[in-house]
Amino acid sequence: MIEAISLTKRYGKTLAVNNLSFSVAAGQVTGFLGPNGAGKSTTMRMILGLDNPTGGQVTIGGKKYHDLKEPLRTVGALLDAKWVHPNRSARAHLQWMAKSNRIPTTRVDEVLDTVGLTSVAGKRAGGFSLGMSQRLGIAAALLGDPEVLLFDEPVNGLDPEGILWIRKFMHRLAEEGRTVFVSSHLLSEMALTASNLVVIGRGQLISQSSTEDFVSRAAENTVKVRSPQLAELRDALQRASAGVTGDDKALVVSGMDSDKIGEIAAANRIVLHELSPQTGSLEQAFMQITGDSVEYHTGLDAEAQHVLESAK
Amino acid sequence: MNLLAVERIKLFSTRSPWWCALITLALAIGFAAIIAGATPADSPLTMPATLYGGTKFGVAVIMVLAALAVTTEYRFNTIRTTFQAVPHRSPALIAKAVLVALVALVIGEIAAFGALGLGMLMRPNDGLGLHTTQDWLNVAGLGPVFAICAVLAVALGILVRHSAGAIALLLIYNLAVEDLVQLIPKIGAHIHQWLPFNVANKFLSGSPGAVDGPPSSDSPLSPGWALAYFAGVAIVFLLVALGVAKKRDA
Repeated sequence: MIEAISLTKRYGKTLAVNNLSFSVAAGQVTGFLGPNGAGKSTTMRMILGLDNPTGGQVTIGGKKYHDLKEPLRTVGALLDAKWVHPNRSARAHLQWMAKSNRIPTTRVDEVLDTVGLTSVAGKRAGGFSLGMSQRLGIAAALLGDPEVLLFDEPVNGLDPEGILWIRKFMHRLAEEGRTVFVSSHLLSEMALTASNLVVIGRGQLISQSSTEDFVSRAAENTVKVRSPQLAELRDALQRASAGVTGDDKALVVSGMDSDKIGEIAAANRIVLHELSPQTGSLEQAFMQITGDSVEYHTGLDAEAQHVLESAK
Repeated sequence: MNLLAVERIKLFSTRSPWWCALITLALAIGFAAIIAGATPADSPLTMPATLYGGTKFGVAVIMVLAALAVTTEYRFNTIRTTFQAVPHRSPALIAKAVLVALVALVIGEIAAFGALGLGMLMRPNDGLGLHTTQDWLNVAGLGPVFAICAVLAVALGILVRHSAGAIALLLIYNLAVEDLVQLIPKIGAHIHQWLPFNVANKFLSGSPGAVDGPPSSDSPLSPGWALAYFAGVAIVFLLVALGVAKKRDA
């Protein structure tokens, strides 16, 4: 549905997006994942024709955004909830947008009702909380009843209630058969909402796959083993060239599955108390894959370590 | 027409245009009252003097209104939403320029006729009124001049994008730069003849001869051509602005 072909965007010397190609399937929620500064928002702006790509192109249903007639009816987008005139009422904001694409005014009240803003429709948008602004942004995105929806970091800065609401909303949109492309820097969030993932780092594609594949490929699978004969087991496993870490209570084995570990233990007549495969957390997986491509490394980790050590 | 309606909703759903319109009217009509009251009884109140508030200060406020109509869109990023809704940017921006110009036209006419009416009311024996073509040009001409000024301000607003910057440029240029150009030795006066606000003044105040009120324009153009020249300058500015807006990342 959305197809990017070697999309490139350069701001002076900075290469914000570099030769990025990906596709977003119709009727599914696709996550757009990357650390802060990876080029997600720039890519979103290029999809909407707001920024001109330095190279490459992006199409929606085979058409460039510029060639869409009354584009709000095809693509709805929420890039930033604060893109509203603070002194304009929520209803007036939606009214001018509706008018621009010949969307009937009755639709304005419909979408306000959908996002639960009917009671504050006449109030200045500048007085809205972030959660309310986000709802207004979603109402604006839904205005043309579009097939394709783009959301840029929709849960950023929201309280748990707001996050839950957005999450439910995404599911509902997907159930209605719409194509949803949503960016985030949190893999855990994406794992709950997206069925596919486009992962980028420093403006380049890292992977495109189903969320499940990404997570299982990314997370290094380890096996936790407890045994009264831990030292013997450790030697046996190391001889079989498995990676072994752990303390005097349990071993954490990597590079070998639980079947093989059980067999090795049996062959060496070692008693096992526990043999449990561990799946890595999503954040770990994400960090592992994008680790090299974080644009702004902070010295914070090292500093924290330093402080902890000097405190000892 | 649809895009004009969009811009109408945008403009009138915020407060600053209403304030600017009110201030323009207050300046134009208020100055007429002050000048009518202050002119000595033995010297008649002239038409240019009556309209001084509108031609000198009303214009400035109208340009603030017009510039803000664009720069606030950049300030609050609604310009991005606008371009999202209308990806071919020029029609959206032209609609904005046309709408703001129409609003300025209406305000200009109300201001001019309001000022004249008040002047006639306060000085009934001074022969003030719409007797000649020049009188008509003086009064009814304020609307078109306001409209063209609005287009210029919209164009500059698109180019500069920042409210403070655009307004400062417009006001400094309008209130000072054109007059100061005359101070350049030898060529100053020749350049001044062709500067847009000076030419616009020619359309409004006509041939020299007015005793009171604003100094007459030294433009060699006839009033009709003066208006056409002023409009031409505004359109060129707008075209440049549209070209830039099209290429630039929103």
